[in-house]
Amino acid sequence: MTGLILAAEGTPSPLVPAVYDIVWSAVCLAIIGFVFWKKVLPLFQKVLAERTEKIEGGIARAEAAQAEAQRTLEQYREQLAEARAEAARIRDDARAEGQQIIDEMREQAQAESARIVAQGQHQLDAQRAQIVAELRADLGRVAVELAGKVVGESLEDEARRRGTVDRFLDELDATAAPATK
Amino acid sequence: MLAEGAEFHKPSIEEFFPPALLFEGTPFEVDRIMLIRILMTVLLAAFFLIALRRPKLVPRGVQNLGELALDFVRVNIAEDVLGKQNGRRFLPLLTTFFFLIWAANLSGVIPLLNMPATARIGLPLVLAVVAYLAFNYAGIKAQGAGQYFKSNLFPPGVPKPLYILVTPIEFASTFIIRPGTLMIRLMANMLAGHMTLVLFFSAAWFLMFQAGNFLLAPVGAVSLLMGLVFTIFELLVQFLQAYIFTLLTAVYIDGALHAEH
Repeated sequence: MTGLILAAEGTPSPLVPAVYDIVWSAVCLAIIGFVFWKKVLPLFQKVLAERTEKIEGGIARAEAAQAEAQRTLEQYREQLAEARAEAARIRDDARAEGQQIIDEMREQAQAESARIVAQGQHQLDAQRAQIVAELRADLGRVAVELAGKVVGESLEDEARRRGTVDRFLDELDATAAPATK
Repeated sequence: MLAEGAEFHKPSIEEFFPPALLFEGTPFEVDRIMLIRILMTVLLAAFFLIALRRPKLVPRGVQNLGELALDFVRVNIAEDVLGKQNGRRFLPLLTTFFFLIWAANLSGVIPLLNMPATARIGLPLVLAVVAYLAFNYAGIKAQGAGQYFKSNLFPPGVPKPLYILVTPIEFASTFIIRPGTLMIRLMANMLAGHMTLVLFFSAAWFLMFQAGNFLLAPVGAVSLLMGLVFTIFELLVQFLQAYIFTLLTAVYIDGALHAEH
């Protein structure tokens, strides 16, 4: 090693390039230049551009989704309000209808009760008339019998005329009637 | 009190001119530094091709790392200096510069490689020439050749007689010194960094194991420690040099795109 250094004649200048030094420098520069210019930097620019696009695209998509959600919310609220109004309307209708039904039923019931009362009254009147007619006949006959027993048989012919008895009963009726009513 | 046969290995310029391994004497001669350069190129290309092989919208693992690195150049150099539109236009150039320089610098602290591939003038030279062509191309394309050279060589607002003085200075500064400084700054930094590391580590080795003097061993340990400290410092320099080269290229392109300074 020492021998080699000592053996070297004239020290070469560090500022004077050898041809092969320049050749290999140019080769290395060309390789690295090509790799960066044609391969690495285009890939890098592409990924940078994609990343930018992705971020901007993501923001745009998020905004669109938010707008969509807002729209849906408004729609939903609108539908809800409509449904509430509809329900209120149905309730009012039902109430009105129920009232109407109750009124109708009440009317019917009153009519029915009036009819039943009228019918009962009618029956009572008929029975009363029948009873009065029967009683009148019995009373006439009993009165004539009693009067005959009191004044004798001579009265029987007279009594046959019936007119006397009827007139008596009518008078009786007339005095009794206001009392029964 | 040196042990027999042991001699301190001084770092020297010879370090940067190792013997040829393949194709000696041809334009494709390969020595150790060329091999390191090719290896770093392959590793760098492989890393980014794998990182972005199937890029996902949500980056994971190595893709995260690759995107972080690419974004550093894209945002902090290209878009900061050139603006969105021109930054995108010159992004391939700037990205290539930054990562190629950084990777080639990094080989200076990778064990077994231990040699920055940018310490040999060829790579800084080629990069500086490309930067030179790029900012002149940008200027001529944006302003037209006449206007571009006029605005660079005859800056407005200077009294006419002064152009005798100003024009040669402007010419030298823009068209000669710019690429020269780009090239030499990078090469010299890497060369000096490597020399520093070699000095500390070879001194540590010599003092601890070869000097044969136990009193010198602690000095060797300090030297080793300094070597480690400078390795960390070198990591920073390697990143900074890649950043400065790329940033200046972007600044020169930006200056060329706009007529007024």
